[in-house]
Amino acid sequence: MLQVARLAKRFGGYQALTDVDLAVEPGSVHAVIGPNGAGKTTLFNVITGVLPPTAGSVALEGRDITGWRADRVTHAGIARTFQQVRLFRGMNALENVMVGRHTRTRGGFGAALVRPLGGRYRERGEEAETRRRARELLELVGLGRRAGTWAGDLTLVEQRRLEVARALASDPRLLLLDEPAGGMTPVEVEDLNQLIRKIRESGVTVVLVEHHVRLVMRVSDVVTVLDAGRVIATGPPDRVRRDPRVIAAYLGREA
Amino acid sequence: MGSYWESVLIFLGINTVLALSLYLPISAGQLSLGHGGFMAIGAYVTVICTTWLGWPLPAGLAVGGLVAALAGALVGFPALRIRGIYLIILTMGFGEIVRIFFLNFEPTGQASGIGGIKHLTTLPLVTLVAALMLACLMRFRGSRIGRALRAVQEDEVAAEAMGVNLTRVKVTAFALGALGAGLGGGLYAHHALFIDPAQFGFFRSAEIFLIVVLGGVGSYWGPVVGAAVVTLLPELLRFVQEWRMTVFGTLLVLCAVLRPAGLLSPRRRAAA
Repeated sequence: MLQVARLAKRFGGYQALTDVDLAVEPGSVHAVIGPNGAGKTTLFNVITGVLPPTAGSVALEGRDITGWRADRVTHAGIARTFQQVRLFRGMNALENVMVGRHTRTRGGFGAALVRPLGGRYRERGEEAETRRRARELLELVGLGRRAGTWAGDLTLVEQRRLEVARALASDPRLLLLDEPAGGMTPVEVEDLNQLIRKIRESGVTVVLVEHHVRLVMRVSDVVTVLDAGRVIATGPPDRVRRDPRVIAAYLGREA
Repeated sequence: MGSYWESVLIFLGINTVLALSLYLPISAGQLSLGHGGFMAIGAYVTVICTTWLGWPLPAGLAVGGLVAALAGALVGFPALRIRGIYLIILTMGFGEIVRIFFLNFEPTGQASGIGGIKHLTTLPLVTLVAALMLACLMRFRGSRIGRALRAVQEDEVAAEAMGVNLTRVKVTAFALGALGAGLGGGLYAHHALFIDPAQFGFFRSAEIFLIVVLGGVGSYWGPVVGAAVVTLLPELLRFVQEWRMTVFGTLLVLCAVLRPAGLLSPRRRAAA
């Protein structure tokens, strides 16, 4: 599905990622964990084209997407959420998800002029479909009743869920979730666990960066551990959990 | 209607056209203090078409608007990578370049400008152009591209992650804004009847900017309200005679204090 090979990222004199290899299997949930500053978010940013890599390659389903601009990466089939929530705060929840449909719809300034008059009550074709799909996704993430609420007025947990709905709106084949459990209570983490399972069942491959070890252990098929920009272990959760290098680098400090 | 008020209303229409043209790039997060430059290009090109070539005004406006839009696209590309105060400085620089170009360009009379322009700008024509521009902005709102514009204004990184091509959206918004300013310039020239580079300097750009900010950028009605206030208020204040501009300035400061997000600011924005 996703093949990351010998990826490196350097910021001036700081080596954020060194020779990172990552192979994500289709249909799996793949977690990337590691202590703060391990390079997890940088890895996401390089994969999605927010940052250019210094060396190495990224391929989606055999297609080289190394260094592609972020909007082209999204067109290729990768969607993401952000660790520091980046919603369109002055737009309501539904509109946020509708922006997420951008890659699956067409029409610029000219098309806007010639569309039927009468606002959303007379929408036809693609625009009506966009709205219907956006509502469906809001239902999926449990925000069906918040469609008209400004994104900036939602609670942090609702905002994280809205980011997931917005990302899913592009019909991605690969979804990257950057710390989706941040700031959640145990009950909310359980809801998220269910949501990730539902997303996987719908055929979307999921990669998540997460601090919440119990969620990672329960939801993922494969765990990759980063420490100081290098992969120190990768494998099924149970094996990674017992890996002495992982315990030393990360889990040991938590336990 | 007396010719005095008709003239005031034509200026109101022209200011509305100019403010609406600046509203579009601003709604994509691109502040511009160089709109006087696009206005100058539109004014000079339109005058060349009508006065020298003898074309009818609508044909001249079309050419003037297109040339201004072309200039807008050219400025739009370097403007992509920068934002905020730096973009303002870049656009200010552009406005000055245009002014100084016409100041030195012999065929258009350098500093002495072009006179003898026919009075072709009528109130119905100005109203029509302003209404068409307002209608376009209304149509953009709530469409796919309108949502993309708002998304770019809210958060460029997130908008790009949603697949929005920032280059295309921003350059197009900037070029369309320049097109509107070019139309405004052409209309202005055929009402003022004399143009010279000094009329399109920094002060003009700042005035257009002031109109939009005063009205509020939350809605396309903001520029309309702003244009009405900036055009009509000084006329209505004639009774205070030489204190007119002082009172006008004081009222603007009051607006800035009492309605910092513009006269038509949505309540939630003011609270945020």
